[in-house]
This record gives sequence, C-alpha cells and structure tokens, in this order.
Amino acid sequence: MSRHKPHLVAVLAVAALALSACGGGTTKSSTESENTAAPASTAGKADPNAPLKEGLKIAYLPKQLNNPYTDVEVGGGKVAVGEIKGEYKLTGPNDASASSQVSYINTLIQQQQNVIVVAANDPNAVCPSLNQARKAGIKVVTFDSDASKTCRDAFINQATTQGIGESLVKMASELAGGAGEIAILSATPNATNQNSWIKVMQTELAKPENAKLKLVKIAYGNDDDQKSFTEAQGLLQSYPNLKVIVSPTTVGIAAASRYVSSSNYKGKVAITGLGLPNQMRQYVKDGTVKKFALWNPADIGYLAAYAGAALSSGQITGAQGDKFKAGKLGEYTIGADGEIVLGPPTEFTAANIDQFNF
Amino acid sequence: MSAEPITAERNYSRFANWNVAIIAITVVVLIVSAATVDSFATAQNFGFLVLDLLPIALVALPMTLVIVTGEIDLSVASMLGLCSAVMGYLWNANQPIESIIPLCLLLGAVLGAVNGLFVTGLGLPSLAVTIGTLALYRGLAFVVLGDGAVADFPPSYTDWVTGTIGSTPFPNVLIVIVVLAVVFGVVLHATPIGRAVFAVGAGEQAARFAGVRPGRLKFWLYVASGVIAGLAGVLWTLRYSSARADNGAGLELAVVAAVLLGGVSIFGGKGALPGVIAGVVLLGSLQNALRLSDVSNEALNVVTGVLLIVSVLAPNLARSVLQRRRT
Repeated sequence: MSRHKPHLVAVLAVAALALSACGGGTTKSSTESENTAAPASTAGKADPNAPLKEGLKIAYLPKQLNNPYTDVEVGGGKVAVGEIKGEYKLTGPNDASASSQVSYINTLIQQQQNVIVVAANDPNAVCPSLNQARKAGIKVVTFDSDASKTCRDAFINQATTQGIGESLVKMASELAGGAGEIAILSATPNATNQNSWIKVMQTELAKPENAKLKLVKIAYGNDDDQKSFTEAQGLLQSYPNLKVIVSPTTVGIAAASRYVSSSNYKGKVAITGLGLPNQMRQYVKDGTVKKFALWNPADIGYLAAYAGAALSSGQITGAQGDKFKAGKLGEYTIGADGEIVLGPPTEFTAANIDQFNF
Repeated sequence: MSAEPITAERNYSRFANWNVAIIAITVVVLIVSAATVDSFATAQNFGFLVLDLLPIALVALPMTLVIVTGEIDLSVASMLGLCSAVMGYLWNANQPIESIIPLCLLLGAVLGAVNGLFVTGLGLPSLAVTIGTLALYRGLAFVVLGDGAVADFPPSYTDWVTGTIGSTPFPNVLIVIVVLAVVFGVVLHATPIGRAVFAVGAGEQAARFAGVRPGRLKFWLYVASGVIAGLAGVLWTLRYSSARADNGAGLELAVVAAVLLGGVSIFGGKGALPGVIAGVVLLGSLQNALRLSDVSNEALNVVTGVLLIVSVLAPNLARSVLQRRRT
C-alpha cells in the first residue's frame, strides 16, 4: 500500500500548487468589491399614517432556547404581539451554533410569517436565508446580535455600543478604585455585541484618566455556565493581583459571581458587567457584587414586535429618520443603518435591585 | 464452514427486506408529510431539505463502507470542521479558492490516512482511534481558526452551493450527492472492491484466505471517508458562507444514526447503500416535517432516538420471530 500512496499524494499536491501558481484564481482581495455590493434596498415608501395591521404573524428566533435572558426578551415580545393582536411564535435551536438557525429561518419562510425577529448566532451564516425570507415579503428585525446590514430591515440595539462600553469601564474603574488589573470574561469570541463593547472598552481604557487600569486578559466562557465558571477560576489563579472581572454577558457574570462568592477571593475581587437582577440578587445581597448594569430585556422583545409590525404595515421602511410608536415605550426614530436604540442601560445596586423582577 | 453460504444468503435476504422496508417507510413518511404538513411539498422546502441533508448524505456514503467492514469512523464531523477552519484560514491568507478546495480535500485524505494507519497499521480498535481523532481534529480546528469566523467567501461559489439547477427546483448540490451516491453504490454492490468490503466485514480471516488484504482495504476506506468529510466541510462552509472551527459539531452521530437506520449492521458484513440513502432522507424529512408542524426540539430528538432504536430492534425481532416459527 505504501508504494502507491505517496504518488497519489504527490500528484494531488502538485495539482493544487499548480492551480494556485496560475495566479488567476478567486482570492479574498479579488472578490472584496463583490462582497461589499450595495444592500438590497427595501422597495416602497414609508406611510407614517398607515394603521398597524392586525393578525400579523410575528416569529421570534433567539440565539438559543431555554436561556433565562432570552426568555425575558421574548416574553416582552409576546406581550407586545398580544397588544397589536398578532400571532406570536417562538422557535429556535437548543444549541447556539451558527448553522442550526438557518433551518429554522427556512421553516419560518415556509410557514409564511409576516415578521421574523432574530438574534443572529453568526452575522453571515444566516444571511442567505434571511434574504430569501425578505424576498418572500417577510420583514426581518434583528435583536441582541445583529446580522449583516444587507440582510435585515431593522436592528433593535439595546443601548449604544459606546454607552455600554463606557458604562462598563466606569463601573470597573469605580470598583478598582481607579487603578489596578482588570480582566474581561466574555461570551463567545465571535459574539457581535460583546466584541463591539470590548472594543469600546479598550478605547476607553487607552484614555489618560484610565491609565492606571490595566486590562490583563480577555477570557471566553462561550456563554456556557460551566466554562465561564472555570474561566473565572483560571483568571483569578493566573492573575493574583486582579481587582475586577468585567463580564458583559449574563451567563458569565453569574458564573463568575458564583465562583467568587464561594471562594476566599470574596470581598477582594469585584465582579461587574451586564447581568440579570434575578440571577444576581443573591450576590448583590451577600456583597460579592456591588453594582452591575443592564437594559430591560423585556423592552427589547417588546420594541422589536412594534418595529416589525410597523415595517409590515408600511409605516416605516427601515430608512434613517422613519418614526413609529412602540406602545408603552413611546416614539422611536430609526437611526443610521436601520438601528433603533432602546435607551441607556440601568445600573443595579443593593439599593435598587429589589425594584426589578426579570 | 459449509453452512456459511446459506447463512450469508439468509442474512442477505433479511437485509434486503429491511432495505425494502426502510425505503417503503421513507416513501410513506414523505407522502404523509406532503399531505398533512403545510408547505412541506413546495419546491423551496425541497431545496432546504436537500441542503440540510447534504453533509449527512455525503459523509454517510463512505461511512457505510467503513461500518460494513466492521469498523467505524467517528472523526468525520471533526475532519469536516478542521477542513472548514483551514479553508477559512487559507482564504484569509489571500489564497485562491481554486487551490483551497483541492487542498481541503487533500487535507481530508491525510486526516483519513492517519485514522487508517492507526487502525490498520497499529491494529488499534477504530472506535477508540476515531474518538481520539474526533477530539484531536476538532482541537486542531480551533488551533487553526480560534473561535473566530471567516465569512466573505466569493458569492459565485456560495451562490452555486445554495442555488438550483437552472430554474428547476433541484439544488445544484443534488448533483454532488447523486453522483457520489451512484459511485459508492456501484463500488459497494457491483465491483470486487465491494465484495471485498462485505467479505472483510463477514470475517477478516476468511477474506484474507480469499485473497483480500483487509488492512489495505480499510486504509483506503478511511482515506475516502476523510476526502468526503473534507468535501462536506467545503460545501458546509460555502453553504453558510462561514468557516468556523465548530462547524458540523455532532454530525457524526446523525451520520451513524442514518447508516444504522438504513439497515447496515454495526457488527459489519451486512448493509446496502439504497437503504442508507433512505435512512438519511427519512431522518431529514421527518425533522423537516416536524419542525414545520412546530414540534419542539426536544420532541424532535425523542423521535430520532426512538427511530434509531426501532431500526436496530426491528430486524432482530423479525429474525427471532422467523426462527421461532421454523423450530
């Protein structure tokens, strides 16, 4: 057998090299213009006075099901869909992998939904199917984690990236007393939202007023409780002088708090970031966590339903400057690139946490 | 020894029966789904179904041959992931896609050859070897691409993978599936290689006496498994326009499930490719139909699990009933 194998391998290798040597191939740089082609523009004109249609089928496709944070978000969506007399549906994969969402989008196209509200696990992997959905007249609203701008009509931004990044650094600085080592415990390294906040944090940390704060490590817990717990443990062991762990994900902050509250690091290392009041309540009460922040996730799902309904009813097209009413949240204006900003994040401390139940 | 041909024939007919049964069940499921599930029988849904089946169908082809020889390859999904990761890495390094694709297939061949060498050269159990390489190759995929994703593959290629043949409802990738299914079907059922595969599965010693070199045969089957996993990795990456190290994670179980559902014996020596294709289509269309009917994910897993147990149980039950009748 060994007599034939090297020949075949050699032939294949030579063939591959010969092909690449031709130089006329399709490379990343030769297709860059193709990939940045103009987005498919949404046809039609906005009619701000069009009434909201009733009976709209609005489907929520979160990153994964059975995630407590997501449950609160889509819970808000369900309320809003009820208010506008639509049909609410929740569907999605149990794992947060990039490709498993695609089958669910395809299913929603077949079921002729009017609106798909989706949190993209991978901004590009879902694009072809989302565009197929839009071709079929379905309005696509993203939340949590945006898809490429070219394949959705609007994006519900829970807060501006800048605002969250600044608020995370501000909390970290206060907790560290203005100087010392800090670390970040993020979700997956490819999570769109976490990465954009981390980028702002890095810019903020580079400013002179934060010169004494040193970001020593960005760890990734993959939004998995066990992995986040282990990563938090690892951070504290590798960096004994660590003062603050900033976790911009609800899974990460809860896991890190659980670890610290039961270890001898309690009281020495501060945990902050973005968390759910119900998950964090015990750690705030036992002193592990002094403060953390978040927007109200129920409002995101709620706003997404109204945005989707407004799109589907022709009130808005997703163009910058379009205005629509979102029930109890009031009036919203669509910003650049179809972004709708929910509002500033809320800081939770021992003083106010009992006012929130989500 | 003298009874050997008779048992073989009986086994063959039993498996032929299961083949007919699984194909019949698949057809019934397709008809029932088309009749009762809204928008199951649309051209667009057919396209989605084929794309969802694509990686499982491709990888199941060499897997069938490997399992018939009495071995297994659990590293297929990790080879797929590693090829996808390497594809993304090379694309980011500004290599032309025309040479990346053959390189990915070559990489698949090398990964498969490593499995083959461990199993045949060192005589290690394939279950242990490929569980090891399952972890190893997936780990390497993360080494290559980290947790990141590469997304900007050329639209001309990604459109071909997600597109259909002209204006027909048949996806382009169906050509790949059909051609390879025919090739593997012919090799398994109409060539000396196929007969050697069955012979090795039925009894390695006997096959050796009949002039077959089991080690060499298995080695090349593992190479074939690697190449096809590499191809599946390329198509997966282009379908989702996303090269990621975690692509295809867990796929090996779906593939083994489909192969066993298709009537291939996990102990080797028995099985037929049409049944395997039916098994793949059955699992895929059931999932598709149940999802369209808003059946939850958990229920979907339950259905798949029950199906698999039934598929292993049914032929054995049938045999024991037959034997009881005879005695």
